[in-house]
Amino acid sequence: MTSLLRFLFYAVFIRSIVLIVLGLNVRHRERLPRSGPAIIVANHNSHLDTMVLMSLFPLKLLPKLQPVAAMDYFLTSRLFSWFTLKIVGILPIKRTVARGDENPLAPCIKALADGQILLVFPEGSRGEPEQLQSFKGGIARLAEGNPATPVVPVFLHGLGKALPKGEALLVPFFCDIFIGAPLAWTGDRRSYMRLLDEEMKKLAAEGNFPTWE
Amino acid sequence: MQFDDRSNVLFALAGLYLILITASAWVVILRWRTPEKDRTELAQRIRSWWIIVTVFTAAMAMNRTVSIIFFAFVSFLALKEYLSIVPTRRADRRVLFWAYLAIPVQYYWVVRAWYGMFIIFIPVYVFLLLPMRMVIIGETKEFLRAAGTLHWGIMTLVFGVSHIAYLLVLPDSNNPVAGGAGLVLFLVFLTQFNDVAQYIWGKMLGSHKIIPRVSPNKTWEGFLGGVATTTVLSMALSTWLTPMDFPSAAVAGLLISIAGFIGDVTISALKRDLGLKDSGSMLPGHGGILDRIDSLTYTAPLFFHFIYYLYY
Repeated sequence: MTSLLRFLFYAVFIRSIVLIVLGLNVRHRERLPRSGPAIIVANHNSHLDTMVLMSLFPLKLLPKLQPVAAMDYFLTSRLFSWFTLKIVGILPIKRTVARGDENPLAPCIKALADGQILLVFPEGSRGEPEQLQSFKGGIARLAEGNPATPVVPVFLHGLGKALPKGEALLVPFFCDIFIGAPLAWTGDRRSYMRLLDEEMKKLAAEGNFPTWE
Repeated sequence: MQFDDRSNVLFALAGLYLILITASAWVVILRWRTPEKDRTELAQRIRSWWIIVTVFTAAMAMNRTVSIIFFAFVSFLALKEYLSIVPTRRADRRVLFWAYLAIPVQYYWVVRAWYGMFIIFIPVYVFLLLPMRMVIIGETKEFLRAAGTLHWGIMTLVFGVSHIAYLLVLPDSNNPVAGGAGLVLFLVFLTQFNDVAQYIWGKMLGSHKIIPRVSPNKTWEGFLGGVATTTVLSMALSTWLTPMDFPSAAVAGLLISIAGFIGDVTISALKRDLGLKDSGSMLPGHGGILDRIDSLTYTAPLFFHFIYYLYY
């Protein structure tokens, strides 16, 4: 029942918002993974980021797609938790770890072992609209633990204009999506983070964006 | 619509498909004769034409309100593309939302055939309201640029394009041969045909650049060839689809071909200013929706007022 609701939510509601109200300009769509396990890494400016990334994949992959999201933000009330877990289908992780806790990335590692495609926003929060923040290191740990899993960087532009943090009114804008080539594991976390950072900046430089201040 | 007793409109639509079939066959022949040449863009462009014509025919074939909603949707897509490529201010997010709301309101006047509101709503009320909304927000930096940018977009893409839809609600009795749908077909077909004709004449004979700083590929030969071809075609189609006599049809042909050219280079100037080649990627082989309706932003209001003054 909930999987049917989830299908309708994404197939009808989200796709009509993403494809009609917003509209996508996708560059290098062929670089998206066609099956799991895989990790999609994107910059984060809006709640719409997840919805747009989910809409890039064919609907038959929907059960495989899981946005990784902060437990403290998305599991606040029972009703909201039901919605985020069952309908949005997030994979909740802890943003802060206390001594003695298990590895906060354990749920991600398990999901990858099950062949899932994870959507990860390593900026950690949505931040100021249309500005790249530096990535947090968890993504390098995840890649280190799964060196054979493709990690695909994706740069999103325009969603911070359409629905920025703290706003409830959606204003239509086309969204530009630049998909990068899958990254190979570099051997150590520091050089991996540098590579990821460079790849994101390169993707961002492919666009010619109007000012928005 | 309205087709039951409108065999001329049906014939014209059938003619469109005949042209598409010819164009697709032409690509096949080109590929067969010179297989070494890359025809991807041409093939993509024609495939997009198939989709545009199919959606357009479907929209026109249903009832009049559906046809009007279709043009409202074209305005929405075009305004969204425009607002996504021009610089906008973060403070104006809510103002842009109001600008989008002008679309359903403007097309509501069309559905009601309320000419007075149709003709003043955007040039007067929206023009006065949006800067007021901006002042309430209070950001004065780049105020004039933002107000001007927004109004230019709404005038061209909402007010201008809505003139195509208003042709549909003009009284059928003034155009017994094909009604409002005939006028829409006449205008849209001739405008798009003129684009193609200018392009083909330019490819065949073009050598003298007409406006190199804005559009370096446009030539006098292409422009004049297009004007001549479109004017002849306008006279040939006018008795079928419009109430015009031959002299009026010749003027309408000149108007559409010249205004179409100006609309085209005006959007080119906009893109050049922004450093863009295409306005978007919605229509493979063409670019964005603005790249396709650029000429219509000029021909629609001008043809509308020409025919409205003379025949309605």
